[in-house]
Amino acid sequence: MLSLGSGGGKSAKPSFVSYVTPEEINSEKDTPKEEKHPDLLPGEVVFCSASTVLKLTQDELSQRGTFGTLLCTNFRVSFISDEETGEETAPLFKNKLYGENDIPLSCVDNIYGGYEDKRKLVTGSQVKNKYPSKIIIHCKDLRVFQFALTFCKEEDAKRIFQGIVHHCLEPKSLKNIFAFSFCENTAFPEMQMQQRTMMFDSAEDWAQDLKRTKGSCRLVTENANFGLSPNLPQYFIVPESVSEADMTLFQGKGLPIWCWSHHSGCALFKTSNLPLQQEDNVPQSYMEKMLTAVAHNYLYSVKTEDLSDTLPTVQDIQLSYSKFKQFFFIDSTTDFWVSDMKWFSSLDNCGWLDIIRQCLQKAMEVVECLEKENNNVLIMEDGGSDLCCVISSLAQLMLDSYYRTLQGFQSLVQKEWVAGGHNFLDRCNQLHLKDKENVSPVFLLFLECVWQLLQQYGPAFQFSETYLTVLSDSIHVPVFSTFLFNSQHHRASILRQADSSHSQRGTLNCPTVWDWSVQFDCKAQQLFINPLYAEKPKLDKSMRRPHRPKHQRQLSLPSATFKTPPKKGFFKDETDSLKKILRVKRISRWMLSPDSPQPSSTSREFYEAWQRKPLDYHGLLLPCLDGPAVRIWMQRYLRWIQEVQIFGGGLVTVLSKVSDLLDEVQELQRQLDRHSSSLTSNHQRPRPRPISAETDSRLSVLLSSSFPFTTLKNNWSYKPAIPTGLLQSLMNSGNLADTEDDDQESLVRA
Amino acid sequence: MASPVPIYNSNPLDTHSSSTSRESLKMDLLADVSLLPGEERVIDKDIIYICPFSGALKGKVFITNYRLYFKSSDADSAVMLNVPLGVICRVEKMGGASSRGENSYGLDITCKDMRNLRFALKQEGHSRRDIFEILFRYAFPVSHGLSLFAYLSQEKYEENGWNIYKPMEEFRRQGLPNDKWRISFINKSYELCDTYPTVLAVPYKATEEDLRKVATFRSRGRIPVLSWIHRENQAVIARCSQPLVGMSGKRNKDDERYLDLVREANGTSKLIIYDARPNVNAVANKATGGGYEGDEYQNAELIFLDIHNIHVMRESLKKLKDIVYPNVEESHWLSSLESTHWLEHIKLVLSGAIQVADKVSSGNSVVVHCSDGWDRTAQLTSLAMLMLDSHYRTLRGFQVLLEKEWISFGHKFASRIGHGDKNHADQDRSPIFVQFIDCVWQMTKQFPTAFEFNERLLLTILDHLYSCRFGTFLYNCESARDQHEVRLKTVSLWSLVNSSNDIYLNPFYTPESGRVLYPVASMRHLELWVSYYIRWNPRIRQQQQSPVEQRYKELLALRDEYLKKLEELELSDSPSSHLAHSSTSNTSLPAPSTPSQQYTHLQTPF
Repeated sequence: MLSLGSGGGKSAKPSFVSYVTPEEINSEKDTPKEEKHPDLLPGEVVFCSASTVLKLTQDELSQRGTFGTLLCTNFRVSFISDEETGEETAPLFKNKLYGENDIPLSCVDNIYGGYEDKRKLVTGSQVKNKYPSKIIIHCKDLRVFQFALTFCKEEDAKRIFQGIVHHCLEPKSLKNIFAFSFCENTAFPEMQMQQRTMMFDSAEDWAQDLKRTKGSCRLVTENANFGLSPNLPQYFIVPESVSEADMTLFQGKGLPIWCWSHHSGCALFKTSNLPLQQEDNVPQSYMEKMLTAVAHNYLYSVKTEDLSDTLPTVQDIQLSYSKFKQFFFIDSTTDFWVSDMKWFSSLDNCGWLDIIRQCLQKAMEVVECLEKENNNVLIMEDGGSDLCCVISSLAQLMLDSYYRTLQGFQSLVQKEWVAGGHNFLDRCNQLHLKDKENVSPVFLLFLECVWQLLQQYGPAFQFSETYLTVLSDSIHVPVFSTFLFNSQHHRASILRQADSSHSQRGTLNCPTVWDWSVQFDCKAQQLFINPLYAEKPKLDKSMRRPHRPKHQRQLSLPSATFKTPPKKGFFKDETDSLKKILRVKRISRWMLSPDSPQPSSTSREFYEAWQRKPLDYHGLLLPCLDGPAVRIWMQRYLRWIQEVQIFGGGLVTVLSKVSDLLDEVQELQRQLDRHSSSLTSNHQRPRPRPISAETDSRLSVLLSSSFPFTTLKNNWSYKPAIPTGLLQSLMNSGNLADTEDDDQESLVRA
Repeated sequence: MASPVPIYNSNPLDTHSSSTSRESLKMDLLADVSLLPGEERVIDKDIIYICPFSGALKGKVFITNYRLYFKSSDADSAVMLNVPLGVICRVEKMGGASSRGENSYGLDITCKDMRNLRFALKQEGHSRRDIFEILFRYAFPVSHGLSLFAYLSQEKYEENGWNIYKPMEEFRRQGLPNDKWRISFINKSYELCDTYPTVLAVPYKATEEDLRKVATFRSRGRIPVLSWIHRENQAVIARCSQPLVGMSGKRNKDDERYLDLVREANGTSKLIIYDARPNVNAVANKATGGGYEGDEYQNAELIFLDIHNIHVMRESLKKLKDIVYPNVEESHWLSSLESTHWLEHIKLVLSGAIQVADKVSSGNSVVVHCSDGWDRTAQLTSLAMLMLDSHYRTLRGFQVLLEKEWISFGHKFASRIGHGDKNHADQDRSPIFVQFIDCVWQMTKQFPTAFEFNERLLLTILDHLYSCRFGTFLYNCESARDQHEVRLKTVSLWSLVNSSNDIYLNPFYTPESGRVLYPVASMRHLELWVSYYIRWNPRIRQQQQSPVEQRYKELLALRDEYLKKLEELELSDSPSSHLAHSSTSNTSLPAPSTPSQQYTHLQTPF
């Protein structure tokens, strides 16, 4: 680290006051070689670079930093320090694709130019000849980088600035996304996992999921080549009575797509809304036909819910998130403590937590319909692939413990999001389009909701918080096919094009994000496993299957245990009157104002009835949505902020102890298994060594609350963070404060 | 990847409401109240409890000289209340004989522990008169010339908790006396200062005469004395009350010289004086004869820590109660929470303590005071010590810390809590100690392996802060305790705690001596202590148990079980016993169902 003194000096640009003497710059310049390259990935090409760039540490006031080379490639913006880093031990949690000083191009959120003491948002167009003295990059994974260009050659500075701005902000075509050149040059071995993630790109996967949930719907395979409609998935499941003709009528709009079957027989379906009413009555009667089909699935009941009416729009979500994320881009310590004062109300005002709460609430209402009332549910939405995905996957997570396993969760994302046609490409703006109308962090919103469930019911999930955080980061690593397409049809057509131009290599094979070995080695992947999770005890060993866990429906609460009588006017009893069936029930019961959802008293009742029962982590889970229960995803949002790191603290100190003990128990279990399987007497079994207290405690000291994202170097300081500027906000806490101090009266007496 | 490890079903049990079978209800509703030795029944009565969560519940109330006990007679929603009378802040009559409306005639009880209780009675025949009078009498015995229950209790424990803190032993542990600090008995009969303990550690060079002179210039004679010394760098935390500077800006050479002796003891170049108050309050205090150290104190620097007074804290907690009881504010929860300022006050107290600890650990001696040095000062010094000295983070060390910094140095528990006193509007009441325990809880939250004790200890302490079952928190200072023979006539809370200490232990505790704990005093990390402030809300309760702890204990039990099995297998692994053993191991291993039955008793409900 080079600490810059206060001695003034001449600098290249008169507008900037340099804190480095020219001698210092020269001595720095002597050592580095001209071209510094990171270990480039296959297919990665360097566009431009500049040396003698100063990477500033987080606190801009301190003017400390490291000199190095800044590069822009077709994959990332990368900073390579001039300092020797050879001796550094490999961090435990290292991403194989990019390091701590790398920013994948699609991970760049905003670029600011620092001009003297002003900063300006760079939008791309104004970058002709001027370049700022400082580039500030805010990343989508919440990191903040500051690079000072004042010490590089002018033409280098100009080129690197323009290069970064161009490649990070200017629209590009899909085939210029790094994934394509990367995949062309890399051979990925077949994903090797004992338990495969179901990709839902084959009829078998759908059939299996239908069978697992004992659903009785119809698997449609006619769209394998998108012959029915490009808007529909290759394979999907519809109610039995839907005919092939129905499927093609409105390009798949209005068609109820099966999501999940409850053990009672009722099921959850989703659909995209039909185009607005036309003169003829066709859409109306079509919709009625579809509802009848859904109702026929089980006991002639159906409840519908138009999510477009009752939940925030994708634009609302985007707006709220763009306010929310700003709270985590901290430029300086002063900044941090100033924003600390109004922290809670700022969070409240951006509404992000409230959107999370509304989604969980809505999902809980869907669960109530399925679980308590055993109604078929049809959720709908204009496009059918945003909030429908959020709500249907949340409902399934709450109802079905299979989806709370790692493979189950990944399968769920495949089923509802990837096969379900969520427009990842547009929503994540992987192409940096200027028109941001379609951009919205809907998938992130879903992960946020999952995180809420995870923090409330830790032992119910096989995956960890770290897993979710890494998954949310991976959206912006432009390598995975998972997040690059708008639908299965889109993916197929793009890949076909790519194939035809590179036919000599065979099919283009982009890895999916679930192939975690692309990013992390085995050791790092261990951190994806939640040590609190315990598999459900398998009561009957003969039933044990080698692969996927069985659907654990028998553990969800039997609906009979709820005492609330069935709703009046409910058409469960009317078995043959189709007309009555058409009186469709809407779930929506609350919608006072968009920002103050008051859960209806019955759904409160549903939660409370559930909550009174003993908690079964392998059964139904309902989130608590009271004020204090919905929280900030600390690991994701606070991991890079130094001021909030608790050195030697945080929940991780406890979880790591559980992990260690779990390892030990598993080792013992293996020994016992060996014992019982091979009864040949072998006395050479090593005694299990208890984890030595010494290593144990050393580990916990070195951990910090940001584990595993910021690793503590050996020299982490014991200096505490002392809040500044505390008083202002409290100054007007009423006249009590300044009237008298405690025990005044007695003091006078004394 | 993890290989399967069996789970054991968890059954959350609660202490507040528990379902009981109809059969047992048919028997005496109150048969299952186990009275404490010395506890006596006073009255029982049919009553309606107006539960804010489940509505009006018929049942029976049972009042003793220690508690109010209620049990609903409805088996479907069995609710039980077990409230020590000491918790009651205020009893009011609700409605009159002619009030209309169902359940409009009864009693409204405000409690000190974040809840209210409403009972309804039959309107005819002045049915509430006797119960109102009895409650009023037994909840406020001091106002009626009666004894607090602590004096009536006949409880016996293996360990005598009064022995936990011996001032001389504690000084010796810290390496005192030494060549710079001596022990003075000048206050042995509370002549120097009636709110200080009898044994004081003072600079070696200060004579008894010096102490007397200094006492005249410090509010209530609370002179600067050593509270803690850093073993390596010999920096000290000294505590005292404000100097009596007054409007005229009086000086006192003895006081100035005395503070310089404190500074000199370890060669600190500049003594830092932390005045816990906001600057303006310190200035305002001059009007009543108080004030702060000015420039005349050479080699000293004064820093204000901006912590507000007892009245502000009382109002803040009151606002907090408004948003969490009975129902948790739903919309704009965070803004509501912010508007109570409770966490902001916590942040100020913690960050003050961090500054103290930081200075001391870097070798700089400090003096801490506020106005009288028994509220904010106690918070700051004890929290700083908790950060600096791992001994205080043990179960017994924490008891010593409370006995020392709070009880012996005269935090006015009686005035702040109002034990047995009917004057609910007393301006001297304030939740200063609750706020401190909240700060400790925040620290345990941030450092879950650093404390030997668990949340349950903190909850128990707060429960008995009010209950009056133990003598520990009674009275304002040691001289009053001596006068009322508290140590002879009452039982210490630590007797209870140390006689069943395993339930207060944190299984994750990893001792690390010499490590300074700096919590992060940022709103990003501070959180509302839901399991204390919102514990009466049944919707919240489920969050209380720690699944992490449960899982850890299960795994520990499983490890022991496996180790034992392995041992057995190894012992019996001789060829002759093969057959017998193969059958047992096949049926019991690794089938998880067997251990799951064995280990259900391991769940420790909170």
